Amino acid sequence: MSAVVGGLTDAARGTATTPTPTPISRRKLTGYFLLLPALAWLAIFFAVPSVQLMATSLYDRSGSLEYGYEMTFAVGNYPAAWTAYATQFGRSFMYAGIATVLAIFLAYPLAYAIAFRAGRFKHLMLVLVIAPFFTSFLVRTLAWNSILADNGFVVGSLKTIGILPEDGRLLASSVAVVAGLTYNFLPFMVLPLYASLEKIDLRLVEAARDLYANGFTAFRKVTLPLSLPGLVAGTLLTFIPASGDYINSQLLGTPKQAMIGNVIDRNFLVILDYPMAAACSVTLMVAIVTMVLFYVRRSGAEELL
Amino acid sequence: MTRVGRWAADHAVLFVAGLVLLYMFLPVSFVVLMSFNDPVSRLSYEFQGFTWDNWRNMCAPAGLCSSLLTSIQIGLAATLGATVLGTLAAFALVRHRFRGRKATSVLIFLPMATPEVVMGSSLLALFAAGGLAGRLGFWSILIAHIMFCLSFVVVTVKARLAGLDSTLEQASMDLYASEWTTFWRVTMPLVFPGIMAAAMLSFSLSFDDFIITNFNHGNTITFPMFVWGAAQRGIPPQVNVVGSLMFLTALLLVLVSTGIGRRKQAA
Repeated sequence: MSAVVGGLTDAARGTATTPTPTPISRRKLTGYFLLLPALAWLAIFFAVPSVQLMATSLYDRSGSLEYGYEMTFAVGNYPAAWTAYATQFGRSFMYAGIATVLAIFLAYPLAYAIAFRAGRFKHLMLVLVIAPFFTSFLVRTLAWNSILADNGFVVGSLKTIGILPEDGRLLASSVAVVAGLTYNFLPFMVLPLYASLEKIDLRLVEAARDLYANGFTAFRKVTLPLSLPGLVAGTLLTFIPASGDYINSQLLGTPKQAMIGNVIDRNFLVILDYPMAAACSVTLMVAIVTMVLFYVRRSGAEELL
Repeated sequence: MTRVGRWAADHAVLFVAGLVLLYMFLPVSFVVLMSFNDPVSRLSYEFQGFTWDNWRNMCAPAGLCSSLLTSIQIGLAATLGATVLGTLAAFALVRHRFRGRKATSVLIFLPMATPEVVMGSSLLALFAAGGLAGRLGFWSILIAHIMFCLSFVVVTVKARLAGLDSTLEQASMDLYASEWTTFWRVTMPLVFPGIMAAAMLSFSLSFDDFIITNFNHGNTITFPMFVWGAAQRGIPPQVNVVGSLMFLTALLLVLVSTGIGRRKQAA
């Protein structure tokens, strides 16, 4: 009852105070006003720090955090960083690349099954995909550490089957790090793939079958191209965080599996060589942006950006 | 193809999907199992005996519960900040036309495409340049968390707003509701699920963040920082209790919210 009254009085007030539509200029100002706080926050705490990171990468390395750094436009920090950490850069992109490809092969059947085969279990399966990822990232990665441990059942059974040699191990190897990366970023592949598979009009696949395409050809010519936006989005969402990650290599690998994230972390927080760390960080960012742009152009999915 | 062959081909994808789900659940099941473990020494991760002790004395390891509290405080504050700022921005982007939209979208998209190490380290570079490297703590973590949650809120709320049927708002205005009434009685209830989803996403992102926090935490210990520190010495089984609790809470929330959504759809 009161709702109706309130609505009526509001309506009356509305007609009284706004006889004409709001002027365009005021609406425009409202837009800026609504946007300002968020933009200011991102400008101050994202854009400015990025510029500061670039500046830091050009500081003179002979300075220190305690006594301050001198800005000498030391471009030489970059070649120094590349030569010192070439292996870690290469390893990061290799691990992230392998993990992304593995994630595609694991996520595609799962997303396909949820979109087309799950029937009334669709909702439940989606929940099952997301649910594990609410448990702490670190706790799950540590669980992998124990699962793959030398005396664990996985290593034990692999040895019994003979896949792993008697003195073989999984933990502290590249295999463990890549498996961890694949696992941690898998839902970022499944969800966008599912989203674009689900939108596909199945009559298109039927049409292909009617025109004598076999199941595989129909998939290759119809389903796969139509799921491309999801595939591209999933690839980016997996590859970008994976190449910067250092938790997996830290908890599942050894220094021999160190990625560029480990290097940046150590240089900033342990060695306290800020210019070197910043040069690595900027290089990582530039490399990723370049690869992403190239990839998006090649796959013809510009509208994603 | 024979009938058996066809059946196998038909169900192969389901079988593979099941295996992948199993892979995704393996660590979680392990965490739940280990939360009931009764370990002999701190360094052994084999299941040695069943006990309720870890659940009963969750706060036994020094610093665990205080780190949990810190994480919850930061999570709530970051969620509030990011949700308010992000929702306002989403409304501006969908409902208002102005110059610089393209640049704005890029600025909002970039934090999501930047690796966390880069974001964390650039914030540290900024704080250090401002002479604040020694005074990092709760406030710097909060600033960083609001920053990286913001973009996700904007995207989530924007999607909900863009999918909104604007004829409902026009109908409301036709029935002499003022803009303000229309906003609170029609627009807001329709957008609210999107805002709630964004808030839940923000909280889980903030609560779980390790990398960015690691660069900017000073002496403040959040739950992921506690786990990281404990990992060097041997993880107390109570950490698995917290992990299991998080999993159960999230599962419950998701099931309840989808349940409510479906009942509303049916009604």
